[in-house]
Amino acid sequence: MTGIIDYGCGNLFSLISSLEKIGERAEVISDKSLQSGCDRVILPGVGAFGNAVQKLKNSGMEEVVKTLAADGMPLLGICLGMQLLFEKSYEYGEHNGLSLLQGQVKPLYEDIPQLKIPHMGWNSLHFTRQSKLFKYVEEGEYVYFVHSFHAKQCADILATSVYGKEICAAVGRQNVYGVQFHPEKSGDTGLRILKGFVEL
Amino acid sequence: MLAKRIIPCLDVRDGRVVKGKKFADISDVDDPAALAEKYSDGGADELVFYDITASYEKRTLFTDILKSVASKVFIPLTVGGGINTLDDFDRVLKCGADKVSVNSGAIANRKLIAQAAKVYGDQCVVLSMDVKRADGRFTVFAQGGRVNTGIDALEWAKRAEGSGAGEIVVNSIDTDGVKKGFDIEMLTAVTQTVKIPVVASGGAGSKDDFVTLFKSVNVDAGLGASVFHFDEFTIRDLKNQLKNNGIEVRL
Repeated sequence: MTGIIDYGCGNLFSLISSLEKIGERAEVISDKSLQSGCDRVILPGVGAFGNAVQKLKNSGMEEVVKTLAADGMPLLGICLGMQLLFEKSYEYGEHNGLSLLQGQVKPLYEDIPQLKIPHMGWNSLHFTRQSKLFKYVEEGEYVYFVHSFHAKQCADILATSVYGKEICAAVGRQNVYGVQFHPEKSGDTGLRILKGFVEL
Repeated sequence: MLAKRIIPCLDVRDGRVVKGKKFADISDVDDPAALAEKYSDGGADELVFYDITASYEKRTLFTDILKSVASKVFIPLTVGGGINTLDDFDRVLKCGADKVSVNSGAIANRKLIAQAAKVYGDQCVVLSMDVKRADGRFTVFAQGGRVNTGIDALEWAKRAEGSGAGEIVVNSIDTDGVKKGFDIEMLTAVTQTVKIPVVASGGAGSKDDFVTLFKSVNVDAGLGASVFHFDEFTIRDLKNQLKNNGIEVRL
């Protein structure tokens, strides 16, 4: 069973539906006591980094995520959920993240001032390392992105996409994974990535 | 590389998908959930649902449909029609919408886009504007294209971008339903005014119209309704033709 961390940032409807579609039970975790019985967890997230970190702390979920990650449970951060796994973000100020992965989150416009922001739409994946997360996905398959900030100086990149320049699309270190795109909105390709995750 | 998006648009009234010409002559066409699945399987990059239900009571019919679509179709869903308040955003987002488009609601409440962007994020807020040539310029029309607001469309687009809209859908009333091609002139003007993604709407009649669109203007997506609803060509066929013309698409 997959636990979905609910800390009030983002819409869980499609994520729950897509897990059900691949035959995986999903449970929303919004309280420390609810996590028993989960084999893996997903940290979703939409919105601004500072607000999300605050909500994660206030809901007690930051502690839960850190403990589970330290215990070796597979963890997948999606979009802002991925960005939260890094050390720092410079989205409207400077905020500390969970520091589960090495890297910093910076505005896209600093690197690609000539392109439209947000980076919104379907972009192709290019693998930099082999990973079980992508065992059902081929090089060049398209996934759906919506973001204005991106991870830089990451030590653990698994896949990139090109938007003006190479940007971090997926990261992974031991049991901790993150994807900048939305697998729950990436059609059949996205479902196969979620399948890879639940089979880790 | 970022792919150009092909987006079928479903106007839903009282639980059915309808399609008219020039915002009138509405005729019944299909069941929304069935069409949504067909388009998603066929390669649509996104779906837009406009709720054109007139009566408030029938709004729940629309959200029920939305829920059933969102539980089966795993591509981005944009919802518009009758979005006037943050509660309306909340109502459709809870049913599985990813983006919410505001049109007349943003005209009635000039702070709506900024308020929504602050709560739900820029990526969630789409400005949809119905634009027509009037008084020698591109002018925004409201109430489904019936009322001339006197607002300059380019200023309106710029202002929405500044307030936090993450995308703009430009519906040209002048070319809508005529099926003789997109409004290249109008779209060029908008893409030169804003830096956020722009979606072209109104006028798609053939695959060549989409090729011309993406070759001529830096828009991110093309919207079509009747060409897809009446099976004039499939999305797959369209994308193959775009690819053959050197346009990046997701196949």
